[in-house]
Amino acid sequence: MRTSEFDPLSIEIFDRQLKKVTLVVLAVFGVLILRFWFLQVVNGSVYRTKSENNRIHLQDISPFRGMILDRNGATLVDNRPSYDLYVVPEEVQDLEELLERLSPLAGLGAEEAVQKLDEASRRYPFRPVCLKRDLSRDELAKVETHRFNLPGVIIKVAPQRHYVNGTFASHLIGYLGEINENQLNSGQYADSKPGDLIGKSGVEWKWQRDLNGVRGGAQVEVDATGRKIRVMARKTPVPGENVCLTIDKDLQAVAEKALAGKSGAIVAMDPNNGEILALASSPSFDPNLFVGGIDRASWEEIVLSGDFPLQDRALSGQYPPGSVFKIVVALAGLEEGIIDPEEELVCTGIYSLGRRGYRCWKKYGHGRVSLHRALVESCDVYFYDMGRRLGIDKISEYAMRFGLGKKTGFDPAHEKAGLIPTRDWKLKRWGVPWQGGETLSTAIGQSFVLVTPIQMAAFVSAVFNGGIVYRPQVTKWVGKSETEKINEFAPVVTGKIGIKQEHLEFVKNALIGVVNEPHGTGGRARLKEVTVAGKTGTSQVVALKKEEEFEREEDIPVQFRDHAWFVAVAPAENPRIAVAIVVEHGGHGGSAAAPIAGQLIKAYFGLDKSVLAEAVTH
Amino acid sequence: MFDRRLVQNFDWILLLLLLLLAGISIINLYSATYAIRDVGGSQVFLKQIYWFLIGFAVFFVMTTFNYFALERLAYPAYIFTIALLILVLFVGKVTSGSQRWLSLGPVSFQPSELAKIAMVIVLAKFFSEKRGYRGYRLRDLWQPFILIAAPSILILREPDLGTALLLVAGSFSMILFVKMYWKSLVILVGSAVSVAPFIWFSLKEYQRMRILTFIRPDMDPFGAGYHINQSKIAIGSGLLWGKGFLRGTQTRLHFLPEQHTDFALSVLAEEWGFVGSAFLLLLYLFLILWGLNIAKVSKDKFGSIMAVGIVAFIFWQIVINVGMVTGLLPVVGIPLLLFSYGGSSLISTMAAMGLLMNISMRRFMFQ
Repeated sequence: MRTSEFDPLSIEIFDRQLKKVTLVVLAVFGVLILRFWFLQVVNGSVYRTKSENNRIHLQDISPFRGMILDRNGATLVDNRPSYDLYVVPEEVQDLEELLERLSPLAGLGAEEAVQKLDEASRRYPFRPVCLKRDLSRDELAKVETHRFNLPGVIIKVAPQRHYVNGTFASHLIGYLGEINENQLNSGQYADSKPGDLIGKSGVEWKWQRDLNGVRGGAQVEVDATGRKIRVMARKTPVPGENVCLTIDKDLQAVAEKALAGKSGAIVAMDPNNGEILALASSPSFDPNLFVGGIDRASWEEIVLSGDFPLQDRALSGQYPPGSVFKIVVALAGLEEGIIDPEEELVCTGIYSLGRRGYRCWKKYGHGRVSLHRALVESCDVYFYDMGRRLGIDKISEYAMRFGLGKKTGFDPAHEKAGLIPTRDWKLKRWGVPWQGGETLSTAIGQSFVLVTPIQMAAFVSAVFNGGIVYRPQVTKWVGKSETEKINEFAPVVTGKIGIKQEHLEFVKNALIGVVNEPHGTGGRARLKEVTVAGKTGTSQVVALKKEEEFEREEDIPVQFRDHAWFVAVAPAENPRIAVAIVVEHGGHGGSAAAPIAGQLIKAYFGLDKSVLAEAVTH
Repeated sequence: MFDRRLVQNFDWILLLLLLLLAGISIINLYSATYAIRDVGGSQVFLKQIYWFLIGFAVFFVMTTFNYFALERLAYPAYIFTIALLILVLFVGKVTSGSQRWLSLGPVSFQPSELAKIAMVIVLAKFFSEKRGYRGYRLRDLWQPFILIAAPSILILREPDLGTALLLVAGSFSMILFVKMYWKSLVILVGSAVSVAPFIWFSLKEYQRMRILTFIRPDMDPFGAGYHINQSKIAIGSGLLWGKGFLRGTQTRLHFLPEQHTDFALSVLAEEWGFVGSAFLLLLYLFLILWGLNIAKVSKDKFGSIMAVGIVAFIFWQIVINVGMVTGLLPVVGIPLLLFSYGGSSLISTMAAMGLLMNISMRRFMFQ
């Protein structure tokens, strides 16, 4: 009935095979038992000696983390030695007595030290326990001189991350923190162990792998008192690669100073290739605080502060652009042939659409204006009309050509895309159709439009560099030095705006006028030595009407004040720097943001040594 | 269902062997976790006792049915296992860079452990049906090759090099047992050797490091090289009679990593010396020979070949771990049978032992 029944021939074969298998098994086990004999009886005494008198310790040798430099090779972030205090529990006769002696020298809290040591001495009596990191020179000197009296105490030197200028470019550079469980499990940080510090944001995070280097170690034979007998094997750590950024340290300093005490962001870019020359966001934080493991008080101060110092406003701050957006509308209008640049409109201060009146910022109007003057003096009424003629979808189409409404690609994980509204969008998002009046507001950069400072910098660069939208980049090269690079970064083009040269020229001229002509709203950015072109913007936080309750701007409570924008390029004929500045609740673009642009450009071209010196020594 | 004959033929020796091994394992584990008993060690120890209790329960359950029913279930069970192995690659729990576990609420298990048993059963079925007096040629073996390749590759991708190797070794032992033509064997070995370079390049970096360290132990002092070094010191320093229970310095001072898992044998060797180590090895040897005896007295091919298969797998598991721990083989992360801490491996071993007991109990039955 069953196919697997045994027949006599099979049985014979089976038994024969079983015999063979038995022999093999016996032979293999014989080898294994012999091996034990060899290890335990023949060479036993050797191993016994090793295990009793000598111990092998694995010492981690941390690699030196790569430095972060500015475009001229100046050091922004490096490492400095940290002297850490350790105690080996097993080697201490009387723990409490030792701590009593140690506390005043090293400034230790006696209680927590006792706790730490108590727990440790039960588990790993031979492993050194860290009592205090980063001893001051004073404490170090004191402990060292009394070492003979402090058995079991060891001072270890470890490299510690050092942010040379404190809160300088902190969002861009980022900070370090201890690797967490998710990151360890993810497999991306294969070389890391619990307790390792890794980059958590910014450049420190982006180039973590290259900056980190490869850890080394030593297998050290240690005798009964913990002294090293010999290094059995050593693997030299590989230091991390250095990262050279495109930012200019001096320019960055000027930017940081300009934002001190305010909230906002500055982005300065080279319009010819997208290299970021400075990127500042305020309020800011000091990455040095995170290095030893940030203490609770500092962390709470940062996190609960209410104005979000950890947020990088240059990338993720979304604001209505205000009048800066008029550049888009102007180019759209010219390109579509909707208006004739010579055509004049009368601005009386109010524009009617349907039953409503839309106000110009100048209460009684600008009088007769053509496109050039409308840009120079930022006439709202002129642009209401242009906006009406173009329609919201056309405006949005052009806006998106300039890279607005989507991330620049600089740091997709932390950037926001801003918002460029369309009819479809409004219907989907709000469930109501688009209103004509909203087109008017959009044309002057209010209403639903949102942009980020970095988008603005890329945008204004495109207007002046002949129409190329570059992706902003901040890494110049990665490697040991300029001459030993392992990675270099070419400019990346993310789009072409495709506007006719003559139209670009027209608008460029108008923007030069904004700064240099009388009545131009950007006059406070004017410089003698260099032709600056730009545009102001004032984006509303509350309705105009409410603002008018107050006589003077200074009386308006800060949280009601408008955000001040300014974008600029210099020199206009042959641009070398483009800036985008937003000052939250700064009031008018012309008064709050334009002067900052002037300072930056001046500093960039080395025109005012005193401005430079003042900024750098802060 | 419960024949009086079954009770008469109950294999007391097998049960006794398992109880002895369980006892030694638990005592050893107590020592291995003694040093960290306050911070989780005692949990580990208690957990293993529970696992043994569950294991013995599984053992007895495996004896209740007629093993012959497995003949019909062989292929379905195999396919189910393959499905689980594929599933674990997608939704498996990720632990230190590998996905080997499936969780069902509070418990997790490793499908690769199931694969071992499924492999034995399905190969036993295959070979018990074919008549091969003079052995098998390569062309006869294409089915088994596929049957072996599928789970091995899936397990390799988890990645779990050790278990994959074990699966291949055990399965090929079964094939060798039912005899291959000499020529076929030579061709097979020849092609395996020529494929070796490709395998080398498809290994992950840390796996290659382990093999390189085996050849030159001072190459990676803090990775695989460290384990072997410490293990040999632990074993060797036990001398003839050992340092005594709970007195192993390598163990107590934490110089031996993985002391309750892969290197549990080193703890035994340090504390009980050559006498202790040899005793344990002889116990294993006896278990294997007893298993072969069961294969011999079983009255049908399916049962015999299954018994041989089970023995082959436990043989290789023991040999690989002992070889690794004594420095004869590279580190591949295989725990010692019934000895190292670990629920998954223990349950699957007890299940296999239950099957062996099952075959043994029914050795006088004519179906």
